[in-house]
Amino acid sequence: MDNNAAVAANGHVSFLDYQGKYKGIRAWILSTDHKRIGILYLIALITFFAIGVTFGFLIRLELLTPGKTIVEPQVYNEFFTLHGVIMIFLFVIPGLPAVFGNFFLPIMIGAKDVAFPRLNLLSWWLYVTGGVMIIASIIMPGGPADTGWTFYIPYSIRTTTNVIVTGSAALLLGFSSILTGLNFITTIHRLRAPGMGWFRMPLFAWSLYATAWIQVLATPIIAITLLLIVIERVFGVGLFDPALGGDPILFQHLFWIYSHPAVYIMIVPAMGVVSEIIPTFARRTIFGYKFIAFSSLGIALFGSLVWAHHMFAVGMSDTGQFIFSFLTFMVAIPSAIKVFNWTATLYKGSISLEPPMLFALAFIFLFSIGGFTGLIQGALSVDIHLTDTSFIVAHFHYVMFGGTGMGIFAALHYWLPKMFGRMYNLKVAKVAFWIIFVGFNTLYFPMFIMGWLGMPRRYYDYLPEYTVYHQIATVGSWILITGMIIMFTNLIKGMRKGKIVTARNIWGGETLEWTIETPPTHENYDELPLITGTPYEYKQNDSEEIPEEINH
Amino acid sequence: MITQEHAAIHMHRDDIASRMGMWLFLFTELLLFGGLFFLYSVYRFMHQADFHVAAKELNVIIGTFNTAILLTSSLTMAVSITAIQRNSKKISIIFQVLTVLLALAFLVNKYFEWMTKIHHGIYPGSDEYLSMESGRRLFFALYFVMTGLHALHVVIGMVLISVMTRFTVKNVITYDNYVKLEAAGLYWHLVDIIWIFLFPLFYLIT
Amino acid sequence: MDTHHSKIEHAHGYSIYIYVWMSLLVLTGVTVTVSGINFGAFTIAAALIIASVKSYLVLTIFMHLRLEMKAFRVFVVVALLFIVISFILLFADYSFLSIR
Repeated sequence: MDNNAAVAANGHVSFLDYQGKYKGIRAWILSTDHKRIGILYLIALITFFAIGVTFGFLIRLELLTPGKTIVEPQVYNEFFTLHGVIMIFLFVIPGLPAVFGNFFLPIMIGAKDVAFPRLNLLSWWLYVTGGVMIIASIIMPGGPADTGWTFYIPYSIRTTTNVIVTGSAALLLGFSSILTGLNFITTIHRLRAPGMGWFRMPLFAWSLYATAWIQVLATPIIAITLLLIVIERVFGVGLFDPALGGDPILFQHLFWIYSHPAVYIMIVPAMGVVSEIIPTFARRTIFGYKFIAFSSLGIALFGSLVWAHHMFAVGMSDTGQFIFSFLTFMVAIPSAIKVFNWTATLYKGSISLEPPMLFALAFIFLFSIGGFTGLIQGALSVDIHLTDTSFIVAHFHYVMFGGTGMGIFAALHYWLPKMFGRMYNLKVAKVAFWIIFVGFNTLYFPMFIMGWLGMPRRYYDYLPEYTVYHQIATVGSWILITGMIIMFTNLIKGMRKGKIVTARNIWGGETLEWTIETPPTHENYDELPLITGTPYEYKQNDSEEIPEEINH
Repeated sequence: MITQEHAAIHMHRDDIASRMGMWLFLFTELLLFGGLFFLYSVYRFMHQADFHVAAKELNVIIGTFNTAILLTSSLTMAVSITAIQRNSKKISIIFQVLTVLLALAFLVNKYFEWMTKIHHGIYPGSDEYLSMESGRRLFFALYFVMTGLHALHVVIGMVLISVMTRFTVKNVITYDNYVKLEAAGLYWHLVDIIWIFLFPLFYLIT
Repeated sequence: MDTHHSKIEHAHGYSIYIYVWMSLLVLTGVTVTVSGINFGAFTIAAALIIASVKSYLVLTIFMHLRLEMKAFRVFVVVALLFIVISFILLFADYSFLSIR
């Protein structure tokens, strides 16, 4: 139906039905509407996530028994490379900013779109192109890269696998990320509604702002590094190749100057999501708004100074090691500030354990474990023992998956109903959550133990004494995957066929997205709001505000 | 969060946002080259004598001349913007074209410099290149990669400015609406700044 | 009506550009001359300092940083700080190595 008919039928035209310049599929893949672009990212993201999970599943299947279980070592190396590349560059880094940042940032600050809508569309196309290239590398002659996602020299310039394709894909993905960051910084500076001072912005917006700066400043370093690998492979210039006088450690420095801040690109928006969800489901004003806002900036700053803690065992100078170890301990402080503030917000709150809240609480718990183990690794002497063991693998999965992953799942459960105007099955969502939680810990906790006991990471084979840990972990992966399948099935079914939701404020949130139509209209706002107060102003124990949809 | 309805806001052009976006993009270019400058610094630190000697193989005269060309092109670019601000469309176009021509002259010089080296067998992959002492080879590796990447950006700049010239001719860019030209100018000046640092580091450290 | 085209903001005359251009050429000449004299490490430092001065002129006058909102200048400082601090930390490794 056309726009006028839709208004007549529903009272408003949702952005999903809006008729613009194009028809059919082009109305979506050529749309510059930030909401449609957010959904395009969502679909692509979940597709790539499924592929990444599949490779994770295959890794764990191979590691079920010592020696060969399903594949040869060469293929195993390709599995963990693809798993890392897909999960990092196609899921966790773009994740929250690309989907929920795109969809909700303009709405949250009272704007009609981002500052550069066409650039936004370009970001998505770059993302998809990069993703397709990575998948293509699997079937191209030479096979997918087998270097690990870290592309360390000299193997990355010697291997005959498709490093150039994968590296170039990552370059495009980096560009996509840069453009998103550039867009968000400008949007936040220039498009806030009247009265929306910096300290009246939601904390998710603050987190996106801090993240955007890391995206803009750090990503170019990986861009040049990847470009140099390609140049090295094609022309043999000798800038990293030790056979020609290059320094492989310099490669590692350049690689991690981006890749460490990258993990803060991953986690800071997830922390922003948690800062949105906790107040809503504890019905309490967030404790320490300014502290949380500034801690996002603090994490971005300190996180850019610690990269060489990935290199403690490669032969750096003692002075360098001391400095980086010290800075690594410092970076825990702003993160801890957030955890304290969330906990304080929960204290004496009227806590409602809806699915978004379950995932947000899981975030706090799992991220804390991940964070503490990061500190353990930051201690030089301990890290010499732990580096390149499963302990590291467990650590980063706790922060990236238990952290950002749970943050993404929380955001899905929180915001999808607003985006699509439909509700998923809450009971199934909660069951899925618990299966995921149990599966996650069963999968990753044994890795801490076996890493401590000496099991190296990325190894195809292992000594018999590690077998029981590997088997527990593999079974954990099956539980986790089952939980995720249930979760995604529930969400997808819910958004396609679930109960229709028209309430503007589904959960009782206090940020601007809960004041507009469900789903939002094309322009978000007919008239831009005038902001006269701070976000998260809750009255205590206000139970009559919980809408009908979530009473069951 | 307390909100009130407010009068409808018309979509308006935001030149400040456009310039902000371009500045942010320039930072990414700065960091891109920054990575290469990091490489240069470390290798220079590790091979001071070799870099010192290798730099003598570059022609200071051409380098200085090229620097002057690029600095002048920055002038012509800045003038073209002031011209359009004053509604001097013709002058603006002339100076935009001058900028592009100066850029072309820079590239021609670069081409001859590279060809000289290549004729002497100094290029990645050649026998001479592969059998050099590491320090000298690293110098030339950095020379080719950094000036090559810079030259690529000069080409991009030329294309960008040419597009702006066409816009100016067609009155898309006017005295009242010239942020596109400013953005192109910003890009061009950054290309100049990068060369301002490349020049002494490669030609003058003897 | 609402166009932020800031006509007044970017009123640099032709003459200031000519002065800056001449300064840049002079500074280039100075760099070339100084580099001919061997001050050891100071030669490099001098060359880099002069390059920084030239860049400052280009940034503030040609690129109109002086006329823009304060936020732009803060941005530039942030970006430069990121580069400088990364550089320093990188050399925290290299300048204290005994081998490699």
